[in-house]
Amino acid sequence: MATNLGGLTATGTVRVHRLVRGFGSRAVLDGFDLEIGSGEFVALLGRSGSGKSTLLRALAGLDSDADGSGMIDVPEKSSVVFQDARLLPWQRVLDNVVLGLRRSNAHERGLAALAEVGLAGRENAWPNELSGGEQQRVALARALVSEPELLLADEPFGALDALTRLRMHDLLRELYARHRPTVLLVTHDVDEAVTLADRVLLLDSGRIAVDLTIDLPAQRSHRQPQFLAYRETLLRALGVNHSEG
Amino acid sequence: MTATVLARLQGTTTPSVRKPGRRLKPGRPIPLGAAIGPFLLLSVWAAGSAAGWIDPRTLSAPWTVVTTAGDLIADGRLQDNLAISAQRAGLGLVIGTVIGTVLAVVAGLSRWGEALLDGPIQIKRAIPSLALLPLLVLWFGIGEQMKVITITLGVFVPVYIHTHNGLRSIDSRYVELGESLRLPRAVFLRRIVLPGALPGFLLGMRFAVVNAWLALVVVEQINSTSGIGYMMQLAREYGQTDVIIVGLVLYGLLGLLSDGAVRLAQRRALSWRRTLAD
Repeated sequence: MATNLGGLTATGTVRVHRLVRGFGSRAVLDGFDLEIGSGEFVALLGRSGSGKSTLLRALAGLDSDADGSGMIDVPEKSSVVFQDARLLPWQRVLDNVVLGLRRSNAHERGLAALAEVGLAGRENAWPNELSGGEQQRVALARALVSEPELLLADEPFGALDALTRLRMHDLLRELYARHRPTVLLVTHDVDEAVTLADRVLLLDSGRIAVDLTIDLPAQRSHRQPQFLAYRETLLRALGVNHSEG
Repeated sequence: MTATVLARLQGTTTPSVRKPGRRLKPGRPIPLGAAIGPFLLLSVWAAGSAAGWIDPRTLSAPWTVVTTAGDLIADGRLQDNLAISAQRAGLGLVIGTVIGTVLAVVAGLSRWGEALLDGPIQIKRAIPSLALLPLLVLWFGIGEQMKVITITLGVFVPVYIHTHNGLRSIDSRYVELGESLRLPRAVFLRRIVLPGALPGFLLGMRFAVVNAWLALVVVEQINSTSGIGYMMQLAREYGQTDVIIVGLVLYGLLGLLSDGAVRLAQRRALSWRRTLAD
């Protein structure tokens, strides 16, 4: 198992050294190294089976069933956003948001987090009364209410329709600008990666094939030539040669 | 209802009206629907007695039963026997529910708990509680203790089985969520495990309530000197059909009321669920 040396490094920094993770005899990650600076927004791209979810689960400490070794150093305070909103259907929205909070002012903080994701006034709704996008916003509020130093997101917008996904992109950038956690976003969508992240890692067969720093203003659009260039690079690295959307 | 609407629409010849899709849900609930069947049964009984088809020695007329119930209430026998019966059933139900739930949680959350508990309980489940009665009488005599223990034994098994099953079928994604939020075990239990197992628990309660009344009937007919069952035993010796029927109606009402109470609790507690019946 990996040793967690939390606390030895600056808050928010993620350090992975010689990480090995596999299931049975198949090694998904084999001697994997990664360093993410505090407050960096990193997108992790890759085809299915490239090991991106394995890496995220290792960082989240959710892989007790996997075999492996190596060193993982992540901030003490980290949150996970899953692909499904994963709200407890038997708890009202606010109770879902404050589920992990152990403080006296949990109620107020929960309400504030809901207001931040644009769901003020919905605190007493049941999760299944909300739309898919709204449920994922509640999941974001639940992840951010504990003021994490690291936010791990596993294809959080993968199950949403295109329009809702664009709105969620804006919301995530906005929340990131305000709270400045370190973010590791796993996605298979190149546009999403270039739109959101400041650094894009492309994972291929368990190693980093491309490490690209995105040097674009906060307001990004498909019309920027530099945006298209980044997109082209990543698509080519993924083995897609034509450039239509 | 849908059919008549459809017929009217077709009658006005609007070919563009699309046929409503086939409804797979059972449709709107009928008001007081649950009362229709029993009411019909009661009418047949009343009509049969009035017309003289039913010998009063076989089955007393409904009005005789009502008068007898009135007499029994007037001299206090009904209340006294009812109170003692309800106390036995209630005590057995509470103890059995607590035992069943605790065992289910222990067996559901730890492999050792399951290894130790599940086998014996499955064996107990295969033996009808009432078959244990001779042994229980030998061990605990014929007093209240034996009665409550018999009822408890009938109650805890369904509570255990269904709560354990409900607990085991909690989605593992919620367990993962609890891990990612680093929930302490007590919070995990209170916010995820118990609410997740609640539908199973409540289903178990419905079986448990039925079992409690069933066990009550049997234990009250063994050397009892109080309770509804005793009242009915006595009536059998004097050939009082009407008193026996008063007892049966009481048992029925108690069963119905307690099942209704559990169902009400079910609706309240599971209001977050959307199901076929809603």
